[in-house]
This record gives sequence, C-alpha cells and structure tokens, in this order.
Amino acid sequence: MSSQIAGLLQLLALIGALALAYRPLGDYMARVYSSQKHYAPERWIYRAIGADPAVEMHWPAYLRGVLAFSAVSVLFLYGLQRLQGGMPGSLGFVSIDPDQAFNTAASFVANTNWQSYYGEQAMGHVVQTGGLAVQNFVSAAVGIAVAVALVRGFARSRTGELGNFWADLVRGVVRILLPLAVIGALVLVACGVIQNFAGIHEVGQFTGGTQQWNGGAVASQEVIKELGTNGGGYFNANSAHPFENPTPFSNLFEIFLILLIPFALTRTFGRMVGSLRQGYAILATMGIIWIAFTALMMWTEFAGRGPAFEVAGGAMEGKETRFGIGASSIFAVATTLTSTGAVNSFHSSYTGFGGGITMLGMQLGEIAPGGVGSGLYGMLIMAIIAVFIAGLMVGRTPEYLGKKIGTREIKLAACYILVTPALVLCFTAAAMALPTPADSMTNSGAHGFSEILYAYTSGANNNGSAFAGLNADTQWFNSTIGIAMLLGRFLPMVFVLALAGSLTEQKPVPETAGTLRTDKPLYAGLLVGTIVIITGLTYFPALALGPLAEGLAA
Amino acid sequence: MSTATPTRAPQHDTSSGEQPGGGRVGGGLFDPRQLLTSFPDAVRKLDPRVMVKSPVMFVVLIGSVITTVLACADPTDWFGWAITAWLWLTTIFANLAEAVAEGRGKAQADTLRKAKTDSVARRLSEDGTSEERIPGSQLRIGDRVVCETGDIIPGDGDVVQGVASVDESAITGESAPVIRESGGDRSAVTGGTKVLSDRITIKITTKPGETFIDRMINLVEGAARQKTPNEIALNILLASLTIVFLLAVVTLQPFAVYAGAEQSMIVLVALLVCLIPTTIGALLSAIGIAGMDRLVQRNVLAMSGRAVEAAGDVSTLLLDKTGTITLGNRQAAEFLPVPGTTEDELADAAQLSSLADETPEGRSVVVLAKERYGLRERHQGELAHAEWIAFTAQTRMSGVDVDGRKVRKGAAGSVIVWVRDQGGQVGEAAGELADRISQAGGTPLLVAVEDGDGARVLGVIHLKDVVKDGMRERFDELRRMGIRTVMITGDNPLTAKAIADEAGVDDFLAEATPEDKMALIKREQAGGKLVAMTGDGTNDAPALAQADVGVAMNTGTSAAKEAGNMVDLDSNPTKLIEIVEIGKQLLITRGALTTFSIANDVAKYFAIIPAMFAVVYPGLDTLNIMRLASPESAILSAVIFNALIIVALVPLALKGVRYRPTSADRMLRRNLGLYGLGGLIAPFIGIKLIDLFLSLIPGIG
Repeated sequence: MSSQIAGLLQLLALIGALALAYRPLGDYMARVYSSQKHYAPERWIYRAIGADPAVEMHWPAYLRGVLAFSAVSVLFLYGLQRLQGGMPGSLGFVSIDPDQAFNTAASFVANTNWQSYYGEQAMGHVVQTGGLAVQNFVSAAVGIAVAVALVRGFARSRTGELGNFWADLVRGVVRILLPLAVIGALVLVACGVIQNFAGIHEVGQFTGGTQQWNGGAVASQEVIKELGTNGGGYFNANSAHPFENPTPFSNLFEIFLILLIPFALTRTFGRMVGSLRQGYAILATMGIIWIAFTALMMWTEFAGRGPAFEVAGGAMEGKETRFGIGASSIFAVATTLTSTGAVNSFHSSYTGFGGGITMLGMQLGEIAPGGVGSGLYGMLIMAIIAVFIAGLMVGRTPEYLGKKIGTREIKLAACYILVTPALVLCFTAAAMALPTPADSMTNSGAHGFSEILYAYTSGANNNGSAFAGLNADTQWFNSTIGIAMLLGRFLPMVFVLALAGSLTEQKPVPETAGTLRTDKPLYAGLLVGTIVIITGLTYFPALALGPLAEGLAA
Repeated sequence: MSTATPTRAPQHDTSSGEQPGGGRVGGGLFDPRQLLTSFPDAVRKLDPRVMVKSPVMFVVLIGSVITTVLACADPTDWFGWAITAWLWLTTIFANLAEAVAEGRGKAQADTLRKAKTDSVARRLSEDGTSEERIPGSQLRIGDRVVCETGDIIPGDGDVVQGVASVDESAITGESAPVIRESGGDRSAVTGGTKVLSDRITIKITTKPGETFIDRMINLVEGAARQKTPNEIALNILLASLTIVFLLAVVTLQPFAVYAGAEQSMIVLVALLVCLIPTTIGALLSAIGIAGMDRLVQRNVLAMSGRAVEAAGDVSTLLLDKTGTITLGNRQAAEFLPVPGTTEDELADAAQLSSLADETPEGRSVVVLAKERYGLRERHQGELAHAEWIAFTAQTRMSGVDVDGRKVRKGAAGSVIVWVRDQGGQVGEAAGELADRISQAGGTPLLVAVEDGDGARVLGVIHLKDVVKDGMRERFDELRRMGIRTVMITGDNPLTAKAIADEAGVDDFLAEATPEDKMALIKREQAGGKLVAMTGDGTNDAPALAQADVGVAMNTGTSAAKEAGNMVDLDSNPTKLIEIVEIGKQLLITRGALTTFSIANDVAKYFAIIPAMFAVVYPGLDTLNIMRLASPESAILSAVIFNALIIVALVPLALKGVRYRPTSADRMLRRNLGLYGLGGLIAPFIGIKLIDLFLSLIPGIG
C-alpha cells in the first residue's frame, strides 16, 4: 500500500469516527447546557466557590465571571511556577524565571499552550499535573461556556440573560471534559502512553552515551491536551515523543480527540437554536475548509521534488517515520485549524507551501472547526459578517437566525475580526523592526521571517504550536507573545459576550420566503468564500514574503 | 414640479425580453452629461471636513496629500506624479458620484422654491370680522387666513370653512384641479398651491419653514439627509476593513526591509488605496440619495431614509380594498334572467333603463350590454317621446318610459316596491338570484318592466367589485418575496372573502374599524414583522404612525400626512408595492457593490505584490498571472482601474441594480454570481487591458 493511500484511508477512518460521535455527543452537550439539574459534586463546587448556579446572568456579569476566573488562574499558575523550587514533587527543578512564568501562565489560561520551556527539563509533577493539566480542563471549559452564551444569544429573545457562567464552567468540566478524558486516557494508556509519577531515569543510547528521561502523568495530560484543543506537551517533542504518541493508532486517536468537540458543538448549536439544519450549514463550512486544507497539505508534502523527496516518497524531513507523510499532514492541519497546537512533526520542516497552510489555518481565526468553543463563536462571527453582506443582496436589512444584524451587532463583529490581525501584524512588524528579536531566528531569508510570523500568529490565535527554529525564551518573546495570547483570547470574548447580550435582547424576526436562507449549501459556500477572502486579503502580503516566497522559489 | 413627474421609462429598457413584470423597478434616469456638470461640486467636496464623513474616502484623501508631497519632493519621478494624479482622481470621482446624485435633487428643489414665492397671507382677526395682509412667513399655528380665486395658499393648514378647487400641480405635477372642503378627509391644503375658484378659510397647522413644501425641498436636496441605520452599519464594516488593510500595509514595510525590498511610500499608499473598499466607499452615499430620488420620481416623498430601508424589510402589507385591489366602483359582471325571460331581453331592458344613470355602476351596465350582447349604445335623444327617469340617491332607481313600456333598474328593495306599486308580482326566482349574488359578495340590481303583460321582474344584474388587472400576479410575486398581503375593507366578511379569494390576497380584515387596523398592526409587529400600510383619513393617523412604513395619500388630511413617514403625491395606494420594491432595490444595490468592491481586491494583490517583491523573491513573479508589463505599469494599472471602476459604476449606483421580485434564494444566487464572481474576474481583465495600453507608452513597458 502506498503511503498516499494509507494517508487517505486514515483520513476516511477519521471522518467515519467523527461522524459516529457527532450526533450523540452534540445532543448530549446541548442537554448539558440546557439542563436544570445539578449533580452533587457540582453543588459542592458551587458551595465552595460561593456561586449560585441558578442565577441568570446578563452579559456584563457573565464577562466578569470569565475575566475574574481567568485572572485568578493566571496568578495561581504564575505563583505555582515561581515557587516550584521550594515544593516537593518537583523532580528537583528550580523555580521558573518571571518572564517565562508569565508567558506560560498566560499561555495555559488562554488555551494556547505556547511553550517557551522544555517540559521534561523544567516542569515537575506539581506544576505539570496540578497547574498545567488543570488549566487544560478549565480553559477549555471557559471557551465552550462563551460559545454556549453566544448560542443562547441567538436562541433566546427579549431576556438579556445568557445563562450562568459558573454553572457552564463547572458542567463543561464535570459532565463533558472529565468523562471523555477518562475514557480517552484509558485508550491512550492501552496504546502505550505512560502514566506514572516516576523520577528521572538515566538510560543508555544506541550510539553510546546516556540520556535522561523522566516519567509523569502523561496519558491524563495528553488526552486533555487534545480534547481541550490545548496542545501543551508533557515533553518538548510534544506528540512526536513516543511516550506521548507511540503508535499510528494513538496518533489517529489523538487527531480524533482534537476534532471531536469542535465539530460536535455545531450539532449542539443546531439543537439549541432549534434548527439542526443551521448547525449542519456551519458544520459543512468547517468541514469543507478542513478537508480542503488537508488535501492541499497532503498534495504539497507528497509532491516534493528533488532526490531526497523521491527517496522518502515526499517531504519526510522533520516527520516521524512511524506516522509518515499522510498522518503527519492530517495532524498538522487538524492542530492548526483548531487552537490545539500539539505537533507530531516539525512544521518548520514542511515544504514552503505546507508551512504556509499551517499558518493560514491559524490566521483564518481557527474556526474550521477551531478550538473548543472558540471555533464555534469565531465561525458564528464570520457567519454574521457573511450574512451582513449577502443579506443586503436579497433586499432586506440583514438577519441571522431571526436576529437583526444592525449597527451594534456589526460593530462588535467588526471589532472581533480586528483583534487578531492587529496583534499578529503589529507584533511581527515590531519584532522585525527592532534590532534584537531577529537574533532568535535560526534561519535567514523568507524562512526566518516565517519563524517570527508563525510565532505571533500562533500566540494571538491561541494555537500554541511553534514553527520551531525560533528561540522564543527571551524576555522580548516571552512578554510580547504572552500579551498577544491574553489579548487574543480575552478581547474577542468581550466582543462575543457583548454581541450575545445584544442579540438576546432582540425580539425575533419571523422567517419568510424573503429571508436569506442560512441553512443552504449556497450560504455555506458564501461563508467559505467570505472567510477565505477576508483573511486571505489580510495576510496575503505577509504570507507572500514568507511561505509563498519560499514555496514559489522551488 | 415638472421635473418630478413620474419617469417610468427605464422599466422598458431593462426588462426587454424578460418575462412580463420582470425588472419592474427600473432605475432613475442617468445622463452622462451630469458627470460634467457636477464636476465643480465634486471638487468643492474635497473639503476635509466633508470628506471625513466617509472614512474610506478620507483615507484616500490623506493618501493623495502624502503622495503629492512626495512627488513634489522628487519632481522628476514620473511614476510618483502618475500615482498622485490618479489618487486625486479617485477622490474626485467619489465626490462626483455624490454630486451627481445630489444635483438631480437640486434641480427639483429649485422648481419647488419657485412655487414657494413669498406669498401674502390675508389673516383674519380673532373675531373673524376684519382681515389684515401679512407676509406668509409671519404666520403662526392657529392663525386663520382667507384665500380666494387666484390666491396662493400661504401655508399648510386645514380648510375650516368653504369649498374650493385648488391647483396642486406645484407639488404633485398633476394639472387637474382638486376639491378641498371643510370637514371630512379632504380638508388639508398645502402651502404654495393655488386656489382656482371660490373662497375658503384655512386654519394654519404648520410653522413657516416647516411646511410640507419646505420639507420637500430639504428632502430632494439631501440637506436633511441622515445616514440610515443600515448605511451606518455598513460604514462600520467598511471602516474596520480599512483598518485591517491599513495594518496590513503599514506592517508590510518592516517585512519588506527585512526581505531587502524596501518600498517607497508612494507604492505603499497605492497598495493601500487599491485594497481599501473604495468602490463602495465612494458610491455609498450616492446609492442612498438615488434611492430617495427614485421615490421622488414616483411622486413619493419619504420623510426619512430609515423608512425607505424599512420598506425593504416589510413582511406584511395592509392594502385598502377600494382603489388598491379593486377599481373604485363596482361594475356589472353578468345579467341573470328569471325563467321565462331570455338573456337578450334582459340585456336590452338593462341597457335601456341604465341610459339615464350616469353613475359608474350605471355606465358599466351599458358597457356590459354592448360588449357581451352586442347592443349598440343608444342615446337619450334617439328615442322620441321617451321620459327618462334619472338615478338619484333617494329613489335608487333609473329607467325610462317609452312606447307605453316602463323599464326600471335599481336596488332590489326599490324595484320590488315599484313592481308591486304597478300591480305586479315578484316571483321567487328573482329573490333567489339576488340572494345568490349577495352571498357571492356581489350586489344585485333588479331589472323590471311594466308593459302590456303587466309589471314583472325580468332578471338581475350582478354588480361586483372588479379586481384590478394583474393584482393576482402581483400578490403571487409578493408571496414569493415573503410578503403577506392583508386586504382591509369595510365590507361584510362574506363580500370581503369573495374579493380576497378573487384577488389572491393572503388574508383580509372585514368590517374594519380604525381600531381593528391598529390591533392588526400591533399583532403583526409583536411577531417581529414589519408592517406597511396606506391611509388618508384622520382616523387612519394612529395606524399610520404605528406602521413601520405608513404612506399617507396627498389627498388625505394633514393629520394623516403628519403621522405617516411617506406621502404619495399621486394618492395611488397601489404604489405601496413599488415602495417596497424600491426599498429592496436600495439594499440590494448596496450589498452588490460591497461584494463587488471586496472581490476586486484579489486581482489587485495579484497585480501589486509581484510588482513589489519579485525583485528579491523571483519566485513571486509566478503570481503575476496577468503578465503585466513592468512593476510600475502593474501598480499604476491597478490604481487606474480602481479609479475608473468608480465612474463606471456611477450609473449603476444611481439607477440601482435590476430588481425582479423573486425568492431570496434565487436573488442571492443571481447577485452573488453577477457581483461576487464578476467582481473577482472583472479587475483581472480591466487591469490587464489598462496595462496593455500603458505599455504602449514609451518608458513604461
């Protein structure tokens, strides 16, 4: 079997598995966020944090919950890293420097998991399991909560109420992420992923000499790393490391985990707004982009020219031989089209176009299917923009899901789409203009520029993967990427929640034959076009000087 | 206002070869000469304080200033001068679009101003005994003024005493005089119109400067124009796209420096201007003004642009039956003889007896007899010794006595009484026929004769409301557009249903009182629907105010005109449908040009990016798929295309895109194909052609 066919079969198996899980999981999540019941463990948590889960929140209150919780999380995680040196169970690692501790705290709370540290050489069991893994759960749950609040904005009318943040947060963790993580971790352990609290081992290498390996609660962190579209590896090599991702099956399973919740949330959305077809339209839009990107990636990685490529059957540099080009391409696209950022191969080593595809995937705003929650709300914002332009073309002031897209709504949507391009382009420009940041580049020319463009793209879009090659553990990168991650995560949330508030105050407009149908293939096609053109136009000049220049040079 | 006569001409040129009724809303007229005559206004609009209202064009203005300064600094650089010139042209073309749109309004305003000469008011004193002459501008609300034959009415008001014929052509363009009388629904008079006969006393209801004619002048001139909600929202989106592109271009320089291809400021400005949505930014306000103008051309005055936009969103139309759905009067539809009489006999008697009936109903009987039974119309003078009995509202009968034969036609009750008076009997058959007609929603008229065989009923004339031609098709169209039609009538439910079925409206409100109307509107609005209606009476005023689009008839009372947000000077209620279509056309034009403008950018990137960077990354020349001659010609071609496309689209912006009532899906498919795909492809061709032309100039190719 050729490796092309193997890659294609893996893709089909993946689509099949996602399709099987789509309905039950989507419907289950809709029930979770619509239920009135509270389980006993949930009530204990509410009592502990002093929250009343029955209170309906207007958008400012909901936002305050999101921001307060995240601020506390950043402080806690920062403190934990700074105090690591004095804590037991830290494998003897010292405390983390302030700039790196800030960067890491921001990174994990913002669901980014950009890592400027080497996991196995810097973080002990306490920080890894008690700090980072916890954030992997709660930051994902925050993302889903905000998405659900926006969905309620469409589904509810004339109330201004968006639900209860604390209830949404706790339920996301207790009823969705934890059960799935337990199942997923068992599967991973069965595949050979390690799960222990062992210390550092000195092992001999084939080539002579020794190497230090440490154990850890890897499977439990690995599963939420993918499921919560976090991406922060236990080890620096991330999912290329055999302790994290030992076999082709575990690899496929991890891709499945990455895509599972973001895709299923479209069903949850359809359920909650009372029209499954609306959910399918969003699913179709995400699916088209995802499949197109995967196909392009496989094409460019298999089609590499030159003797080295031909011997390896394609661009094998930086890819694991146990996965091959197909599975690596699928992984790379899945991780950059979601806000995951886990990697099983080095994106820096992809062909020029391949590297460009990973960057463009993030630059689309990670909405196909995107991060848990953030993918859905990002896509809904684009849906609003598309509806605004297309709606005019059918001769009505635009409306989406029965809600008018007026001045206030378009203002918030416009602010949303401004945030990440502004962060990416301004920080990249600053890094290029200043004398020192460029010292971190490993390569020169277009590829060197790609390293920095990738870093800020990844940070501001909350992806967290690195192009590799860039030494990001400098005060400049730790600080600026940290800021980009926080602003790139929470500013959009402000606009999304304000938008949700504005939508939920409206009375619904009934659908007539004159209404733009947003549950039809034509609209899904239009949405794809809007996303590609608006993002494409924003980043085209930058991409032309990085991956495009590199790809076209061959 | 001669310029405001309806110009329906464009509908013919846009719909040729299309299905009937297609492209009904044609655009306004556009004359290329307007581009020249408005040029001075366009230059005057370069004032930054004016330009700042359009963020997109303001950026272009700043860009033009920057390139001018740079070109002056290096006067030998022909490229800098060429870019500078075209950037200024881009700005001026944008202003030109707006100036042309406004120019047409100005001409109308001038005509109106002539009507508003400083009239002299003859104000009555408090006790009404003496009158003084004061300038019309000094009138206050509540003043009473007298107008006699030949006087210009000094201000808006209601007739409180007398009746007069008034020439309102200054406002409506309609030369036939109208009657204005105290009390009732025809009491409103408009300042600037002229009393042709008789004497009336008017109570002034509007302050000078705020009269109808003043507001009209403001409206057509665009002085009172405020951005509509949707226009504001679109402006926000365009502004944010402008910011995105500003960021993309500003940050490009450090990247370019790193790549070793530092760009000149002129090239960066050119790139920015090409990327920001200048096409729609330039045409946006012209589209809005032209939309109002299209209404004015149809003799409809919208008091706010908001109302025009709301018209596009209307999902329920309340239509008065009489005058809108049916012709104003009932007409004879068939003759139904009683047993023992032939249809021809009945037709003959019906015609004979109706000759003395000058009411529209009576005329329709004669017409029906002629058309259906070939009976030549006889004239009263033809029959010797005939004694004509004319129709009156009291007798409710007409007829003729001739050759010892008496023929009568009239309301069932009156004719029955007459037959009995003549000693005749009324058979059951006649009663049954009459009942059947009533149940079908019609009105029965009995025809009877008294001759040698005694008095008897010959048969029944079926009078019914006649639905205007093409109404069913229009309502079908409206339904496809997602608009529900509700017929409002004072008729009983039976009659109402019959007409509603025949006309094909979705629903009807029978025996409607103003309160019922109001309740219906509120009910629809509670469901999130937008409601449009027409009205003329004072009792319509609350409903007109409540409706999202309330079109008052110009013949209506001032209360009605005050309450509605549009006034139809022709007082033609059917126009409501056109108003909705114009509202939709306005929004579609906006959306189509926005899509076109954004789609254009793709080609511009393919022109400019290789031109900027192929020097350092030769691979990027692959992106130069248009094979443009040189970097300079590529950038210049993109800038020139960007400027020329504005002028090229001015006619479209002013006329509005073609609009045909159809479902949202089909409309989207069509417009997306035309303006989305078209917008992607057109600039590739346009830029290539301009480049071919430029490359012929020595030193560029």
